[in-house]
Amino acid sequence: MLLERLSTAFGPPGQEDEVREILRQEITPHVDKIWTDALGNLLAEKRGSVQGAPRVLLAAHMDEVALMVTHIDKNGYLRFRTMGGIDQRVLVSKLVLVGPQKVPGVIGSKAIHLLTPEEREKAFHLRDLYIDIGAGTREEAEALVSIGDGVVFNSSFCHLGDGRVRGKALDDRVGCSALVEILQRRYPVTLVAAFTVQEEVGLRGGRVVAFGEEIDLALVLEATTAFDVPDSKPHETVTCLGQGPALTIMDSTLIADPNLLTILRETALEQGIPYQLRRTGGGGTDGGAIHLTEGGVPTAVLAVPCRYLHSPASVIELNDYRHLVDLTDAFLAKFMERRTKLG
Amino acid sequence: MVDLDLLRRLSEGAGVSGSEGEVAKLLVEVLRPYADSVDRDRLGNVIAFKEGEGPTPRPRVLLSAHMDEIGLLVTGWEDGGFLRFSTVGGVDIRTLLGQEVIVHGTRILPGVIGAKPPHLQSPAERKEAIDGEKMYIDTGLKARDELERLVPIGSVVTIARKLQVLAQGRVAGKALDNRAGVMVLVGCLKELMAVKHKADVYAVATVQEEVGIRGAITSSHGINPDLGIAIDVCHGDMLGMAEDEGYPLDKGPAIGFGPHVHHQLYRALRDSAERVGITYQVEPSPTPAGTDAWGIQIARRGIPTALISIPLRYMHTSVETLSMRDVAETIRLLLAFIQGLESAFVEGLSCY
Repeated sequence: MLLERLSTAFGPPGQEDEVREILRQEITPHVDKIWTDALGNLLAEKRGSVQGAPRVLLAAHMDEVALMVTHIDKNGYLRFRTMGGIDQRVLVSKLVLVGPQKVPGVIGSKAIHLLTPEEREKAFHLRDLYIDIGAGTREEAEALVSIGDGVVFNSSFCHLGDGRVRGKALDDRVGCSALVEILQRRYPVTLVAAFTVQEEVGLRGGRVVAFGEEIDLALVLEATTAFDVPDSKPHETVTCLGQGPALTIMDSTLIADPNLLTILRETALEQGIPYQLRRTGGGGTDGGAIHLTEGGVPTAVLAVPCRYLHSPASVIELNDYRHLVDLTDAFLAKFMERRTKLG
Repeated sequence: MVDLDLLRRLSEGAGVSGSEGEVAKLLVEVLRPYADSVDRDRLGNVIAFKEGEGPTPRPRVLLSAHMDEIGLLVTGWEDGGFLRFSTVGGVDIRTLLGQEVIVHGTRILPGVIGAKPPHLQSPAERKEAIDGEKMYIDTGLKARDELERLVPIGSVVTIARKLQVLAQGRVAGKALDNRAGVMVLVGCLKELMAVKHKADVYAVATVQEEVGIRGAITSSHGINPDLGIAIDVCHGDMLGMAEDEGYPLDKGPAIGFGPHVHHQLYRALRDSAERVGITYQVEPSPTPAGTDAWGIQIARRGIPTALISIPLRYMHTSVETLSMRDVAETIRLLLAFIQGLESAFVEGLSCY
C-alpha cells in the first residue's frame, strides 16, 4: 500500500528527501515532465487531452510535523525543539527516529515513583524533555546524529477497526497518495502536480509552486482535523470520519473560491460522492500561499478527515480517502463543461 | 549471555497484573529445557526447579522476578467505537496521550489513545496534564454492539511497543520492569546447566507485584526456601534527576541494602561479585521498596532475603531503557553466588 510506505517515510520540514524519492519513482512513468525547484518541491506536468485546456495545479505537502535536534549534551542526550504544531504533551513515552539514518531513540520521563503529587498533574514541557539514543557521551552520540537532524515518530502503520488505518504523518501523506493516483489518469485539462516542502512551518514550499506556471485554478489535497470523539460537542467536531472528504469554506489562510466550491459540490451531488463542509475557521493549508501567487489563483481545498492529527498515531477512514480521489477525479473529468461558472 | 530475541518476546508479550497468561505461557515453554520441573501455583506464579548435586539437605535458593506489568483496564463503552479505561498499577497518565495500544478483548484489537486536541483547549487547559477520565481508546469500530461483544468490561490494554535496540548495547521497550528480571531467571537457569552447583534452585516468575507484591507471598510460602533473592529493576540515572535518585547504566547490578535485606546475604553477594570481578553498585532502600523481596522476607517464619536490581531509566513508561550488559552481569553475579553456596552458610543465617 503506497499510503503505508508514505506514512512511515521520514520527512521533517526541509528534510523531505525520502518522501520525494518515493513519489518521484511512483509518478515518473505517468507524467510528461518532472522537475524540482530551488526549495525542493517536486513538480510534474501531465498534459490534458484538449489543446489549450486550463492548467490545474494539484498540491499536497510532503513534510510532516517533527522535532529538530538542537543540542547534544556531554552525556549523549539530545535536546530538541518542535518543527510545526506538536502538542508537547504527546511526546513522552514514545519511540522516535533521528536523522536521515533513522537512528532509534526514546523520549522518556522521570519515573512516577519519584514525582510529587503536584508534579504528576503538570503537563510536560519541552525544557524537561530530551531524546535518549543510548549514547553515554557526546562523542558516542555525535558518531550517530548531528545537531539539525530532524526527528520523527517511530510509529507503526496498521488497519484499525472498520475500514480505518492508523499511522503517523497521514497529514499529508494521504494527499500525496491521492495525487499519485490522479496522475495515473489523463484528463481534458492539464495537470501541474506539486508535492510541496515545508508546509508545516508556514506554507513555504506552496508559496512558489504556482509561480510562472500559468495556473488557472488550484486544488489542495489535504488531511484535516476530525474531532468526532467522546466529550466533543456537535459544533466542535470540525469534520467526522466516514462522511466523505471535507471542503473548506474558510480557514485562517484562505477563503476558498466560491465558484470552485460550487462546482465541487455539484460534481459530488451528480456523482453521488459524499462530502462534508469543514466546520471551523481555523487552521491553514498550502492553499493560503497558492491563491495569492502572481495575480491570484482560484483555489479550493479537499481534505481527508483525520483524528489525532500531528500526533504519533493519526486515524483516517479509507472510504474518505477513496471519495476524495473520486471527487477530484470527477471534478477534473467534468471541469471543461462546468467552467463557465468560474468568474 | 543475554538472548536479545527472548528479551524482545518477553518485553512485547502481554502480562498486565492478574492477566499474566500470555507471558506465563511463554515462560513455561522457555524454562522447560533448563529445569527439572516447571509448574504454576494457584495464583499463577511460574515455578521452575533445578536440582543441585550431592547429598541432602542441599541449600534451597529462591530467585524471584515478577512477570506482571502495569497496564490499563477497560471500564466502559462510548458510541463510535471508543473505550473508557482505568489503570492497573502505577501508570503515569501523562504518558498515555497518543499511544498506540493493543486491546485484549475476545480478540486482539489495535487502538489509539486520544483526548481533546490542543486547538480546542483553552491556553490554561494546555498547561495542565490531561486527566485520564478525559482520555479514551479509539478502536475504529463503528457498531456499539460489536464493540461490547469484542471488548468486555475488564479487558486489559497494553501499549503496542516493539523492543527498540539503541546505541551502546542499550534497549528500550515496555515492561522491561520486570521482564529484564525474568530474563535474568532464564539466563541463570540456562547457565546453571553447564556448571556444578550444590544448591537446589527455584526460579519463580511472580504475578501481581505491581498491584501489591502478591505473587511472591504465596510462592515463597509454597517453596519455603532457605534464602530468597528478588531480581527487579531500580531507577536508572537520567537527565534532570538528583544524583542520589538513580543508578548509572553500565555500572553493573545494584545490590540492595535495607531492613528487608539480610546482612550476611548482602555481604555474600558483594563477596561473590568481587571474587569474579563484577562491577556492582549499592542501592540503599531505607523504606519498603516495592519489590518481591518485601514479600519473601515475611513468608512462613521469615526468610533471609536479598535484592538485586538492574538500573532502568524512565520506569513505568513504555520506553523503559536499560543496558544489556547490566542484565548479563546480573546473571553472572547470581551464578557466582549460587556456585559458591554451601549448607554451612545457609545454616548460619538465623544465628545473630
